[in-house]
Amino acid sequence: MAESQNAAVITNENAGGEFERTPVPSSKLKGWKSFLGMYAGEHAAGTEFMIGPLFLAAGASLKDLALGLLLGNILAILTWRYLVAPIAVSSKLTLYYQLEKIAGKNLVKIYNVVNGVLFCFLAGAMITVSASAVGIPFDINFSIPENIFGLSTPAFSMIVIIVGVVMTVVAAAGYNTVSKFANIAAPWMIVVFAACGLSALSQMEVDSWESLLVEWDKGISVVQSVNGKTDFGFWKIVIFSWLCNAAMHFGMADLTIMRFAKDSRAGWGPSIGMFLGHYMAWICASFMLAAQIKLTGDISANPGALAWSAVGWTGIICVIVAGWTTANPTIYRAGLAFQTLFPLKSKKYSGVILAGIVATAAGIFPSLSGKLLDFVGLYGAILGPMGGVIFVNHYLAKKMNFTQDYADEKGTGFNTGVLLAWLIPVALGLYFIFGQGLFPAYAVIPSWIASSVLYVVIMKLQKS
Amino acid sequence: MKILKLISALSIVGFILLTSILLLLGSMNAANMKILMLIGTILWFLVTPLWMKEES
Repeated sequence: MAESQNAAVITNENAGGEFERTPVPSSKLKGWKSFLGMYAGEHAAGTEFMIGPLFLAAGASLKDLALGLLLGNILAILTWRYLVAPIAVSSKLTLYYQLEKIAGKNLVKIYNVVNGVLFCFLAGAMITVSASAVGIPFDINFSIPENIFGLSTPAFSMIVIIVGVVMTVVAAAGYNTVSKFANIAAPWMIVVFAACGLSALSQMEVDSWESLLVEWDKGISVVQSVNGKTDFGFWKIVIFSWLCNAAMHFGMADLTIMRFAKDSRAGWGPSIGMFLGHYMAWICASFMLAAQIKLTGDISANPGALAWSAVGWTGIICVIVAGWTTANPTIYRAGLAFQTLFPLKSKKYSGVILAGIVATAAGIFPSLSGKLLDFVGLYGAILGPMGGVIFVNHYLAKKMNFTQDYADEKGTGFNTGVLLAWLIPVALGLYFIFGQGLFPAYAVIPSWIASSVLYVVIMKLQKS
Repeated sequence: MKILKLISALSIVGFILLTSILLLLGSMNAANMKILMLIGTILWFLVTPLWMKEES
């Protein structure tokens, strides 16, 4: 999940230094099968170790999980195929440049900084995940405090700081090396995820679907006897798995990737990766928690301890690598977004250092990683609506007779219409999420629709 | 190059995936599985960069 989210920071860097402000020429376009391979490793990341067990901890039944993830992932793939790919193939522009043409340079900077802050929290969760594995050989475990600003043990906080500092320095100095390492590690990580699941099944001593259901339900009973009754039903799973990457598809961040596509079939690109990372890996990771509950009665979703119990040192290495290869580019790209806040004379790694400090500070609070299901939804609810503006600009501006690429046409650096169309639905969404306790992923589609409608209304009013 | 790719495939399919299947089937114990997985992991990271670097 998180690897793909890295594409969301719409900096020129994402474009790989190519065709940042021009459409991709036809000689550089790739067939749709290239996108299958490119996305294959992207959705098997450190977050999967954390998200999978949270389904069990939230009380999702195994049947709902298996079917809900299936439907949710299919919907996500269809969204990439029929929403993102046609616009990407038609315009062949990065999200950065496309938004700049609609919203103006200055508004894009604000969007980037918001994106950067959200990235820092995601990287913070990944630092916690890696630290959980680093602590295992030293017998330092972490517990998730009830208070969101509660700390774990001082020893664990110290490991988080050390891991955060190392990741920040590496992100500032050697981003490309880690990026290459991530490519090498991706197939291995996917296989280790599967092995963790198989090993966990063995730990649970299941020999049939029925016995697995029994062990799963026992696990939920144990969790609910401690945490109280919670419900994470079929439709909630569908919506979550559909929209956990909402910033990429509804938010159009993947325009930057899919603009290299020859045709819209590139929208099928994420299909293999989604089913490896957001189906197989999540389910395997959830089995690890079920096995741990059976063996020890411990309900804490500590990725390091879970992987250690399932596959030993390979699991420890996998959790560290998964967390590191996710956090590193996330810190790097958040840093690029923050760099716009620094004066031009400042060092080019100032933004990365700031992002690393924020991410490490976030990682010290383990509740963040424990709330990853909520955070991922929140991420989509904040960034997704901007995709509605792009959708309206692409499909409706000419038909409804208002200015397409407004900022570009009018030569403005700040399109207030886009700001309002983005901020009003997001503010309402945040009110329902934090004020009324709405599950964050539920806010994504209403916000996206509201943003699209608002942009149409504002542009029509502006014209009249 | 082909041999290197074969070793990479063997390291993850044979040493990691197959051993976990054997564990599930009760044909291998957990301690042996964990050692073989670690060997597979080391092999993967030693061999894969060699051919992946060439290809890229």
